[in-house]
Amino acid sequence: MWIYVKHLQRPVRVSRCDVGLAKLILTQFGGPDGEFSASWRYITQAFTMPTGRTKALLIDIGTEELAHLEMVGTLFHMLIRDATPQQLRSAGLGEQYAVHGFANFLNSPGGEPWTSSYIQATGDPVADLTEDMAAEQKARAAYERLLCSTSDPDVREVLSFLREREVVHFQRFGEALQHVQSYLDNPRHLWPGFTPEQKD
Amino acid sequence: MNGTHLKEKYELLHEIQKWRFRVLELALFLDTHPDDSRALEDYNEAAKRLHSLQRTYEERYGPLMNFSGASGGHTWTWIEEPWPWEIGT
Repeated sequence: MWIYVKHLQRPVRVSRCDVGLAKLILTQFGGPDGEFSASWRYITQAFTMPTGRTKALLIDIGTEELAHLEMVGTLFHMLIRDATPQQLRSAGLGEQYAVHGFANFLNSPGGEPWTSSYIQATGDPVADLTEDMAAEQKARAAYERLLCSTSDPDVREVLSFLREREVVHFQRFGEALQHVQSYLDNPRHLWPGFTPEQKD
Repeated sequence: MNGTHLKEKYELLHEIQKWRFRVLELALFLDTHPDDSRALEDYNEAAKRLHSLQRTYEERYGPLMNFSGASGGHTWTWIEEPWPWEIGT
């Protein structure tokens, strides 16, 4: 199960209301390479990981991504909470406001609803971990673009932290992939999905 | 809660965040380096520190986690605002 901790992973502040930036940041909330995609990609994949350490890593990183979803959601909330509906409309969040008000919703900046086709769980640990490494790089690139899009020092501090976490996760997934490859080199360890009869 | 108390509360919360981050980072490292005894030592030290800070916080201000088994005290403070996305801490 999961337990909620009543604090963010680290403090989040914004210097000023910025609807345009909030709209861009939505990509890391409900966009293709955002934190929601990340957490559920890893948590769903954990069920078919072959070893204790890969199951642990996917659950642990999946859990941290939920904390990042909360931080990104906090950024979005703080960037729009003092805006007027007119300001939301002129900064391009008019449609979002009409349907969701000031709520955090799993949309991309373009308004596309989150879909599970953003993520994959193949049941194959090599394919899944390779996808996870790519996902971390895509998220890193997204955070770098967001960093280029704002001069707000408080927002930049949070974005830099989140960017750095993608780099650490990429490193850990790389180590997990190496471990799975050497695990599968042992002929006694079957590829998931093969029964012993099929293997012979 | 007055200003000084609030400041103390958030300072303690910030310490907890720092130590929980240390625990989390070492846990991820240990998932892929389970035989690293130095990392495990660091983890155990950080976990002990986090646990004690958390106990101090919960004794003073009430539960920090839902369903954690920590005492609810004499008043149900879990419902107290602000929530994390409101203060940003």
